[in-house]
Amino acid sequence: MSNAVEPRGLSKIGLQINGWLVYLFFYAPIVLLVIFSFSDSRNVGKWGGFTLSWYEQFVDSSNARNALENSIKIAIVVTIISVILGTMSALALERFTFKGKRVFDALLYLPIIIPDVTMAVMLLLFFGEFFEVLDNLFGLQLRKGFWSISISHIAFNISFVSVVVRARLAGMSTHLEEAAVDLYASRWKAFRYVTFPQILPGIAGGALLAMTLSLDDVVITQFVAGPGWTTLPVYVFGLIRKGVTPLINSISVIMLLSSMLLVGLSLLAERTRRGG
Amino acid sequence: MRKRESSEHVVEVATPEFEKSAQKKESRRGLLMALPSYLYLILFFVIPLGIVLIYSFATRNRFGGTDLSGWNVESYERIAEPIVRTILFRSLWLAILTTVICLVIAYPFAYYLSTRKPTIRNVMLVFVMIPFWTNFLVRNYAWRVILGNDGPFTKVTEFFGLGTHELLFSQKAVVLGLVYGYLPFMILPLYAAIERIDGQLLEASRDLYGNGWQSFKNVLLPLSMPGVIAGSILVFVPSLGAYVTPEILGGAKTTLLGSYIVTQFLTARNWPFGAALSFVLMAVMLLMTIIYFRKGGRTL
Repeated sequence: MSNAVEPRGLSKIGLQINGWLVYLFFYAPIVLLVIFSFSDSRNVGKWGGFTLSWYEQFVDSSNARNALENSIKIAIVVTIISVILGTMSALALERFTFKGKRVFDALLYLPIIIPDVTMAVMLLLFFGEFFEVLDNLFGLQLRKGFWSISISHIAFNISFVSVVVRARLAGMSTHLEEAAVDLYASRWKAFRYVTFPQILPGIAGGALLAMTLSLDDVVITQFVAGPGWTTLPVYVFGLIRKGVTPLINSISVIMLLSSMLLVGLSLLAERTRRGG
Repeated sequence: MRKRESSEHVVEVATPEFEKSAQKKESRRGLLMALPSYLYLILFFVIPLGIVLIYSFATRNRFGGTDLSGWNVESYERIAEPIVRTILFRSLWLAILTTVICLVIAYPFAYYLSTRKPTIRNVMLVFVMIPFWTNFLVRNYAWRVILGNDGPFTKVTEFFGLGTHELLFSQKAVVLGLVYGYLPFMILPLYAAIERIDGQLLEASRDLYGNGWQSFKNVLLPLSMPGVIAGSILVFVPSLGAYVTPEILGGAKTTLLGSYIVTQFLTARNWPFGAALSFVLMAVMLLMTIIYFRKGGRTL
């Protein structure tokens, strides 16, 4: 707020207390979870001395490792494809006019606002029908798994990437691109040497968002993953529903650290952008 | 548009015909760039949506399969049944409660944030962003650990001599989990709205003998309304369709719409009914979003 008036007296104290409580609320559960993941007790919420055994159990569990591997593979494929498609749509919407632009714009927003559950249901029915048709036509023995999950994640990530890249494009003046074109640069060269370096932070931000969303998704993945195929969040969700064990604590902390690592990277990217 | 004007300097004569063909070429280029995503979304989003709509009018057969002949609106009529209505109202109530609690906590916080010095403010913002980016499932699970049997929560209540409270598997726990999960969604748009307000306006209202409450009600709140609406929708929408939180923190008596829909597909095997419910849920979201854009909201 510009020209902000410093709160005084009672309201100042109230605001300060509220602020600290919000941070306590945000971080106490996370810190406690980390602490209990080192606790040598079968009860997940009880301290029983220090141990690393739950992490060892994670490393030894082939199911968990397998799920983690699947999650990473899917996240990489999903991120690459969504970034390419999302950036192209962002450029088309911000820099061109074409027939059906308004419909495309609206369509692109839908996967963001639609509830997870509805999208999960949609894709479950779709893959049921779609795979059956393909099986009948070509005699393929398609099984839900890697591709059905990746396709679903890309379906919502294109939209998120394009929103992030569009925000970057919208805040950028077209003068430099115009200058490049004036100086006889082809459209491609103008993009490659002028536009692209400028929107790169937006693309990086979109990529991190896509990766995070892919690594976090439970509901949609659970619906479109076939039997015997699982990602880490779906695996953990299944474990929690069967009953909590300290093994879940350690896996959770690993997932927590990986998302924090991604945030850290994005903040770092932001900083280099400002610095450079 | 602008680009085209400037490229005219390169060509010698900008006749209307030339202008037209250039425009056509541009339009084709734009469409070509949008096309892959366009087709992708039609194949993997619009068609699936259509399939759900078709299923919602179909009939469930005796074997738990779905007969795609004999269209009817039975699945939609079932929404009026008492059990379904109870679940619907419960979901609505919990989503509203979550939104209001988030608003009450987030508003003063966002205001406080926007009155801080820029350097402190940035650090504070980063610490709001971290939970925003952290795995939702894990953050809900953390509360399962805290509220669980003999866990830290019980320790605290016992310490203060409040006796043991069973919070887990209740509606309170679900609301707590939802507030915890979606609070950043409220703080960020509120902060963006309040940050834009000129503090002098508040000062002026105080100079004109308005008390704190009056300045808030007549100046701050109306000016920050876009943020209030944006934040409320961002919290309300996912809360209404919540599935993960009630599964982890709720119990048998707290079935919400999201879990109910999933049950129709995975256990009850009544796909038409599940499809109808998810379609209604989506319609509500769509309506809310349209209201949001009509009210002048821009960012999602």
